[in-house]
Amino acid sequence: MRSKIESVLLPAAVAILFVAGWHFSVKWSRTDIFPTPGQVLGGTYELVEKGVLLKYVVASLFRVASGYLLAVFVGIPLGLLMGWFGRARMAFNPAIQVLRPISPIAWIPVAILWFGVSDLAPIFLIFLASLFPITTAAMAAVQNIQLAYIRAARNFGIRGLELFKKVVFPAALPQILTGLRLALGVAWLVVVAAEMIAVNSGLGYLIIDARNAGKRYDLVVAGMAMIGLIGLGLDWLVRRMETLDEVRWGLSR
Amino acid sequence: MVKSPQPAGTLETRVKIVVRDLWMTFQTKDKNKQSVDVLEDIRLEVLDGEFVCLVGPSGCGKSTLLNIAGGFLQATRGEIRIDDKRVTEPDPRHIFIFQENAVFPWLTVEDNVGFGVKRRNHEERKKVVDHYIEMVGLTGFGKAFPRELSGGMKQRVEIARAFAAEPDVLFMDEPFGALDYLTRMRLRSELTQIWQRERKTVLFVTHDVEEAVQLADRVVVMGKRPSRIRDIVTVEVPRPRDLDDPACRRLREHIFRVMGLDHSGLVLKKRNGADEEEQDALAIAAG
Repeated sequence: MRSKIESVLLPAAVAILFVAGWHFSVKWSRTDIFPTPGQVLGGTYELVEKGVLLKYVVASLFRVASGYLLAVFVGIPLGLLMGWFGRARMAFNPAIQVLRPISPIAWIPVAILWFGVSDLAPIFLIFLASLFPITTAAMAAVQNIQLAYIRAARNFGIRGLELFKKVVFPAALPQILTGLRLALGVAWLVVVAAEMIAVNSGLGYLIIDARNAGKRYDLVVAGMAMIGLIGLGLDWLVRRMETLDEVRWGLSR
Repeated sequence: MVKSPQPAGTLETRVKIVVRDLWMTFQTKDKNKQSVDVLEDIRLEVLDGEFVCLVGPSGCGKSTLLNIAGGFLQATRGEIRIDDKRVTEPDPRHIFIFQENAVFPWLTVEDNVGFGVKRRNHEERKKVVDHYIEMVGLTGFGKAFPRELSGGMKQRVEIARAFAAEPDVLFMDEPFGALDYLTRMRLRSELTQIWQRERKTVLFVTHDVEEAVQLADRVVVMGKRPSRIRDIVTVEVPRPRDLDDPACRRLREHIFRVMGLDHSGLVLKKRNGADEEEQDALAIAAG
């Protein structure tokens, strides 16, 4: 009982302290550029009223969803194949491991060159950013499958595609889900950066535009707060998936 | 069909499994590429419906032998034949039960037990699944997931899954090795009862001599690596077996001695003619 009250009170206290500290730092430093929490709330209200907040949130989520889902549909089969077939791993893994450490941000100029200022550029960047963690997780997941599961399945006469469907995929799923969660976090980071440069809508654009057009830092911070809240929501969605019986066995939490 | 060399029971019994001049050598994976001889010249015949235990010190290759019989490994030389057919790959008629428990954690108990059921008809399937869940005493747990079960219950699920596939041979690789003492004792006696009802041919690997004496019709005793069969001991004590029964105790001590230990675990000195003495002791023990 006590721990339940604490689990609400402690973070609430930290939040209050943080907001108060922020408010008074702005007041005492007499800055007229950086906003107080109240001004940020006002800025958020302004964005809602103008109808741009919802529009930009939808634009950002659409790009993340497109690039991310594309990466899921390419990355999971590719990772499964690389985990299962030594030859596929031998062929693709070095290329993937070289491309993986390149920050998706570094791809922005290339993306603009190829796709211009359009939705395709950020979608491509999110696809790239999500693809490597998903593929690597799926590959490692297959390699970590307990040999006994595979042997048992083969013992019952399960082969080929059926083996993949009935045993390899479900056995790899918990670790794949961990990769999916990681990739979604990265995708959400990348969309903001991509939108600052490659397009003129979305939360990243909102931030950079508010700064450039009149140093509206209340809107900048409002955009940042929105990004944080939506990121939290996305993570919560994936965590919900982790409580399903099909994957819970393989996750330590 | 080959007739059994010795009459066992009232019916004519035929040979189910033949291990013929089997050798196994592994290559180590380091750069020295040393070869390790694991099995040497193993010959064994297992009768249809017989319960045979393989005992030996850990690392002696008894699991390797079982994995070759299950079709998961290829022997370096020689062969294993089941129903006079050479074993080259796993076969749904010969189900392997794993020590580390291979119950699929993403499926419910029901779906696990039904995994190898061949029947298509939904009603029949359900009947088979329910029957074997009941047989291992897990009625009411059909919808549970393995992570909600204890180690002993999970091993029961694996046993039920194996029987539900209606195999004629079961390979069991230290199936109770990871369980606590009491659970192990209980599962042994349950397995004995199930086997007496179903009469499958069982090849059971264990390092526990007591377990072997309690379960088996015959105990195959293997030595240290590279291992050969040191002795094959027939256990003619009626089931259920009390391990304190003098005949069981004598057999146990005999097996310990064949493995080179006395019953308190001390290493025996090599004596000439020890083997003959042991054969005599065995003859007395077996009555």
